[in-house]
Amino acid sequence: MDINVTLKVWRQNGPNDKGDFKEYQINKVSTDSSFLEMMDMLNNQLIENGEDPIAFDHDCREGICGMCSMYINGRPHGPGDGITTCQLHMRSFKDGDTIYIEPWRATAFPIIKDLMVDRTAFDKIMQAGGFVSVNTGSAQDANNIPVRKEDADEAFKAAACIGCGACVAACKNASAMLFTSAKVSQLALLPQGQTEATERALNMVAEMDAQGFGACTNTGACMAECPKEISLEHIARLNREYMAASLTSRD
Amino acid sequence: MASLKESLTSSVGRKYVMGLTGLFLIVFLLVHLSGNFTLLLKDGTAFNTYAHFMKENLLIKLSEVILFGGFLLHIIQGLMLTAKNKAARAVNYQVAHKHDKVDWTSKAMSALGMILLIFLIIHLYDFFRFKYFVADPQMTADGTMIDLHGIVRHEFSEGGLEGIFHLAVYTLGMAAVSFHLWHGFQSTFQSLGLRHPKYTPFIQGLGKLYAVVVPAAFVAIPYIIKFTAEAH
Ligand code: HEM
Ligand code: SF4
Ligand code: FES
Repeated sequence: MDINVTLKVWRQNGPNDKGDFKEYQINKVSTDSSFLEMMDMLNNQLIENGEDPIAFDHDCREGICGMCSMYINGRPHGPGDGITTCQLHMRSFKDGDTIYIEPWRATAFPIIKDLMVDRTAFDKIMQAGGFVSVNTGSAQDANNIPVRKEDADEAFKAAACIGCGACVAACKNASAMLFTSAKVSQLALLPQGQTEATERALNMVAEMDAQGFGACTNTGACMAECPKEISLEHIARLNREYMAASLTSRD
Repeated sequence: MASLKESLTSSVGRKYVMGLTGLFLIVFLLVHLSGNFTLLLKDGTAFNTYAHFMKENLLIKLSEVILFGGFLLHIIQGLMLTAKNKAARAVNYQVAHKHDKVDWTSKAMSALGMILLIFLIIHLYDFFRFKYFVADPQMTADGTMIDLHGIVRHEFSEGGLEGIFHLAVYTLGMAAVSFHLWHGFQSTFQSLGLRHPKYTPFIQGLGKLYAVVVPAAFVAIPYIIKFTAEAH
């Protein structure tokens, strides 16, 4: 089936431009096409008309890279739970719908152009401690370090975070707590993560604050909109890790 | 690495302060409520003795300082968090969507806090008015106590605009407490890292029970006084 939709897309010519919605009409969109394919159609239309195409981020188009940041009809990644924008299909919309598209809005994610934002702040949080320092050498025996199955499963669930920033986009405080907690949890639950646990919790939270993200009010909007359905349990774990680290660090 | 000061002013540290003071205030409200029940007695001896004791006892004076400190910390942290959070989303979205998994009370914590702050100022004005300006000279003059019980009951049951005003302020204030704690009760535990699949559903249920029952009990007292007073 084909549908016709009206799009109101946020156009902004750079970080300091004021920006505004611009209206576009796009016809004969297959309901089987993905949201990004619809955006491609629109951009082709714009290029053919000699207009500036809409800048938006995308890469894998299969829900694993986290690039496709779009705030659609008031929700990060649009309607539907546990999906990214590239996993959203036009069958979620009706003929004649008006669809509003905005960029992620957070002080820590400045707008580069149109729907494209700079998420370097997440990289900075990772660089502050989201890793383990090990001498990799040659691969060791798979069962050398026993890990409890339940912990391995929880760590795996935390590691599913793709760093898309929907949690920040959804949160009224533009807080990066869900992201940071997932990145702390995936290591805090495993023996390999213990050595640097104290520094990790302290430094990642400090960097999160330095980047200008807000604090957590426990509204749960992040969890509701996270494409990987990362749980608030990880935020509670981050809070415990952080307090333990604060109380025991030697300075 | 982080000094304790840095830790306590980080976004996680501030939430620990918020959570600890929030929990403290939750417990305080229970103590406050149990005292209020004596207002229901027609005979004022229990309430007046209680009020007198609260005013004179040294340990109570000490706890009063702790209580004010707790409130102050909670309010200051609340205001600072609100400012920080607003700054983190300096430009807001043009189109909003109400997610059915996100309770409105959780998004309104700082607005509800402001209402509570206004209520608290009115409440404390009344409190100190009686404590120092009305109660003091008469309470010490010949050792007899003034009838604070009677004064409070009169405040709520008097006819005309004044009685209605007292009741309305009180009712709105308690509604704000209710909504504040509808989210706040379980939020405290989350802030302190106390979350576990086995216990969290119970804490969430208990929080909603508390948020309804405790403010409702606070509110019921003046209404009971008003309607039983008018009956004769
Ligand atoms: C009877 C009085 C009060 C009680 C029992 C109370 C209780 C609580 C509780 C339990 C929380 C949740 C804490 C957490 O999320 O860790 C909270 C949060 C909050 N309270 Fe209160 N509170 C009271 C008065 C006030 C007042 C007067 C203000 C005024 C500024 C205020 C402002 C806030 C704010 C802004 C938050 C949310 C902070 C955040 O997470 O971003 N509260 N309160
Ligand atoms: S926690 Fe979820 S919403 Fe946030 S960055 Fe990770 S995958 Fe995206
Ligand atoms: S484009 Fe990679 S997750 Fe959507």
